[in-house]
Amino acid sequence: MNIVVCVKQTPDTAATVTVEDGKISWGDAPLVLNPWDEFAVEEALRLKEAHGGEVTAISLGPEDAKEALKQSLAMGCENAILVSDPSFAGLDSLQVSKVLAAAIEKVGEVDLVFFGRSSVDTDSGITGSQVARRLGWPALSLVAVINSLDPESKRLEVERMLDETRQQVAASFPAVISVVKEINEPRYPSFMGIRKASKAEIPIWSAAELGLEGDLESALTWPDVYAIPKVETECEFIEGETPEEIAAKLVDRLIEEKVV
Amino acid sequence: MTNKVLVYVDHFKGEALPASWEAIGAARKIAESLGSGVTAVIIGQDVQPLATQAIEYGADDAVVAENPALADFRPEPYADVLSKAAAEADVLLLPTSGRTRELAAMVAVDLETGMAPDVIEIEVDGGLVLATRPIYAGKLLSKVVIKERKPQILTTRSRAFPKPEPDASRSGEITNLEFEVGDVPTEVLGYKEAAGGVSLTDAAVIVSGGRGVSNNPSLTPPDEITDEKDQEIWRAQQGFGLVGDLVGVLNAAMGASRAAVDAGYIPYANQVGQTGKVVSPDLYIANGISGAIQHLAGMRTSKTIVAVNKDPEAPIFRLARFGVVGDLFDVVPALTAAFKERLGK
Repeated sequence: MNIVVCVKQTPDTAATVTVEDGKISWGDAPLVLNPWDEFAVEEALRLKEAHGGEVTAISLGPEDAKEALKQSLAMGCENAILVSDPSFAGLDSLQVSKVLAAAIEKVGEVDLVFFGRSSVDTDSGITGSQVARRLGWPALSLVAVINSLDPESKRLEVERMLDETRQQVAASFPAVISVVKEINEPRYPSFMGIRKASKAEIPIWSAAELGLEGDLESALTWPDVYAIPKVETECEFIEGETPEEIAAKLVDRLIEEKVV
Repeated sequence: MTNKVLVYVDHFKGEALPASWEAIGAARKIAESLGSGVTAVIIGQDVQPLATQAIEYGADDAVVAENPALADFRPEPYADVLSKAAAEADVLLLPTSGRTRELAAMVAVDLETGMAPDVIEIEVDGGLVLATRPIYAGKLLSKVVIKERKPQILTTRSRAFPKPEPDASRSGEITNLEFEVGDVPTEVLGYKEAAGGVSLTDAAVIVSGGRGVSNNPSLTPPDEITDEKDQEIWRAQQGFGLVGDLVGVLNAAMGASRAAVDAGYIPYANQVGQTGKVVSPDLYIANGISGAIQHLAGMRTSKTIVAVNKDPEAPIFRLARFGVVGDLFDVVPALTAAFKERLGK
């Protein structure tokens, strides 16, 4: 099986994120493989281990996005490709999906493309669906389990998370799958994997190589970004001799303030 | 299609999400600024009643697309229909759900336009919608504009916009959209049983439990449970049982911290936080949750936060309006009893 997993580099979720002069900063916090993408890499690797084939990690980003790709290689991906070009800076998902779809087509003969459910920076969770739409492949979003997969008939059955319940869906390859954290427990990179990744030469595909020169204009603009206004909350501690007394006082206060 | 502002009514098997009506309310404001009306779009099978409801909630008219192939939601055929319906619109609003996120994303590709999910505020300036959405798990807010492309596609976050009062006296034209369903690339085999209960994102009240729910030393697990981890989970289940009683009295939804989910106490579907659900209820009661930054990111916009925790230094108290420093195993049952009494249940 020929599997692609699309990954993104993001700040660590524990980072304190601030805005200075309209620019987002996360201080000294490390850049990591987007936590949701770890599940996508893991699922791609498990399918490869069960059915054979190889996994290629693709990341769109500046030169330093190589760290996310190295992490993917260290986990066990065979190949990594950085899709990078000055014209790719600051693109919205409409255009990012166009670039990624072109890269997937350039890889060629791809059976499955994996995405994490969203990235922890922009929190949009739409790129996978847009890539599927552009490729004309079925989109299997928010997959919590792959129930069956047959490389011969190129058919798979999955369970998707709806807000209400799980939907069981069948589709044929090629397909685009986004995964949620319930699907697996991502592995830690092995020592050998880390060594291999640190030496890897990661090829860079530019706009010209993807045939996308002068073809990218974002639909979205972001005129302003700012930290959420600090809400000064003075916590009113409810005290009393017994739990019953505390509970009665708290309920009284909630009714007084018309909370309930 | 007469109106320039469209609202897609999201539903699960014919039952509309409350956020669909909130989106109609938000659309009305936009339409007033643009001097337009609001058209509701309903896609599915046997969904005609939703058109009438949409008009009661404020749509001027409705377009219905029905076909047996649309009985189950699948993004591809739904996007085909919605792209056709929205091709001439200025603005397309959808309530945010797992379905609409991908539906709106695909329509944006079809119509080569921009799309912003999880919008919490909307202004209109010179015919353009200026939307506000949280990024970095709600640590920052970003303004978003879709320029020179139409329609401007936005999904509104649940409970961010007020739900209009339905008015049964309103009337409007309901038309059926002409369309053909092409080959659908996926087949829906069935559904797991629905979880039931109040959904976290729609809930007015959420009662949550954290890792602390397993720390009741006065409980002794039954003799047949010998494994230490199983004993811990048994203890946690007793703790979540108490939290569940309070959930029941308040007709609330049950939430949990990541620590509780990772420890195997409760399913991931209940997780509130950066890697779980982002919620915004009127009242959020956190029990035995210390308040890791990832958890706070998912519930900080709750109107009133109540925290119960043994540790007076727990970060959750810095966000809370009311705090109780104490043992949740004493406080939660007492709260359940007190609410029962005062709310007459």
